[in-house]
Amino acid sequence: MKIAVVIRQVPDLIEPLEVDSSGKALDLGSATFILNESDDHALEQALLLKEAQGGSVSVLAVDFGDVDNSLYAAAAKGADQLIKLLWDDPNRPPWPQQAARMFAEVLRPLAPELVLVGVQAHDELDGVLPPELAVCLGWPYVGVVRGVKADDGQGLLVRKEFPGAVMAEFAVRLPAVLGILGAEQPPRYVPVSRIRAAMKSSQIAEQEATVPPWAARVEVARLSPPAPAERAEMLTGSAEEVAQRIAALLEEKGLLR
Amino acid sequence: MSASDILVLAETVRGNLSGIVSELLGAARSLAHATGGQVLALLLSSDGTPFVPSLQAADRILLVNHPALAEYAPEPFLAALQAVVQAETPRAVLIGSTSIGWDMAPLLAAKLPAPLVLGCQQATIEDGHLRAVCGLCGGKMLAEVRIQEAPAILMILPGSFAPASGPGKAEVQTIPPPDLPGADGAGIVFRQWILPPPGDVDITSQDILVAVGRGIQQKENLEPIQQLAEVLGGAVCASRPIVDQGWLPTTRQVGKSGMTVKPKLYLALGISGAPEHVEGMAGSDLIIAVNTDPKAPIFDVADYGVQMDLMDLVEPLAQAIQTRKK
Repeated sequence: MKIAVVIRQVPDLIEPLEVDSSGKALDLGSATFILNESDDHALEQALLLKEAQGGSVSVLAVDFGDVDNSLYAAAAKGADQLIKLLWDDPNRPPWPQQAARMFAEVLRPLAPELVLVGVQAHDELDGVLPPELAVCLGWPYVGVVRGVKADDGQGLLVRKEFPGAVMAEFAVRLPAVLGILGAEQPPRYVPVSRIRAAMKSSQIAEQEATVPPWAARVEVARLSPPAPAERAEMLTGSAEEVAQRIAALLEEKGLLR
Repeated sequence: MSASDILVLAETVRGNLSGIVSELLGAARSLAHATGGQVLALLLSSDGTPFVPSLQAADRILLVNHPALAEYAPEPFLAALQAVVQAETPRAVLIGSTSIGWDMAPLLAAKLPAPLVLGCQQATIEDGHLRAVCGLCGGKMLAEVRIQEAPAILMILPGSFAPASGPGKAEVQTIPPPDLPGADGAGIVFRQWILPPPGDVDITSQDILVAVGRGIQQKENLEPIQQLAEVLGGAVCASRPIVDQGWLPTTRQVGKSGMTVKPKLYLALGISGAPEHVEGMAGSDLIIAVNTDPKAPIFDVADYGVQMDLMDLVEPLAQAIQTRKK
């Protein structure tokens, strides 16, 4: 099966996030970028399918943030082809709607049977890449997917997650775009040495894609951290002191039994 | 039809109306009051009649009945939703931030095309403009947005709006379905529901839950936490990253795509408090959160907080509880 995976860079939420001087956007210059978590799962799911069925995995990304490292890491995990779409604005990535059109332009001649993308990126506000991409390609789409397997040569069986650990199983005819929430197993770990080796043995193909003009339909008036809510009463002291206070609290509330 | 109406997608899952629908109707009522329009509840199913009594908070209930809508499938649902939205031309379409909503809202916005806002926690009409407040970056940022174009597609975060109350006198209207792709023509066809395997602990019935998040860092750290839960007489549950890692089964996941729990004690260890997780545990009687990040959103919903590495606290806490129980 010929599979394409689209990956994105997002600000690392472990690091503090800043708002830029406009007060309307993230200060991406001060952010640390990492691979979008659900895209990592999309890559893992693609590799699992390839291992089960044969085929190839192409990984595509827009040239933004620390994307080369993510692409080489994908090669170290087993991706066969790395494609970087050129993007010349270092201050912001393309809007999801723009990115979808750029990826669609590159994907059409690549002609994969299946495109996997993380269902969401945490910095998306007014657009979601995978369904936009599906509409651009004219392919069916289902998201919040937590498992994909072959359906006896008839396409795929896909599990979509619902609350309460309930799954809906769908038969999916190809080609299709799937929005992956989680792969069937955790994303595989690759040591830095293998990523370094992939940097020498793999090549990132740089590709130009037409950047469509895009006027945002949603105007951001203000971006800010949430105002402090009524915060928790903080318990301070050594671990032993805090433990004693919590235990006393639970006893007082009748929760020790 | 009116560009001042507010349309709600009333989704059903396994034959039940989703819990968020009453919140969507509440949000829609508030917006419609400002626009002077009506609240429309759209139900897509094989036969929506049994759900009519639950949708009386709307002014009009629109039923699209078709065999292809008996169970959720993206293509017939999108085709029916798009046809109704284009016919009714509402000011806004409210869709829950749910598994179905994550398909329908962005697909509808892409197809129409129309403006889309994710993670919507507030929505108002001011000076004729639709304004919304939305969370992003795992709840670490809030965006105040304005949307002029109609229809605006708002994905509503559960727990953000008061449910609509009181029975109304909704007019019921059955709308002829457009041509819908059935099992033969659709690319994605519903096969079956898969329920969680029986036998695991039912975390929704536990009085005490010890919840772990990304802060536990490695699977081996689950063992002392399991011991703490046993000392407390409770069970271990988790946020999504722990389940994604395969460290705990999906039956232990709390949050939007997991279980909704309301225990007497929710001890949150190393959980940041992303909106998707808080959605599943905010109703707990007592919440104690432990996190190294003093700005973690979990401290906004917790009653008590501890800024500390959770692994430093787990063993002393188990010992302190054991001592008091003696």
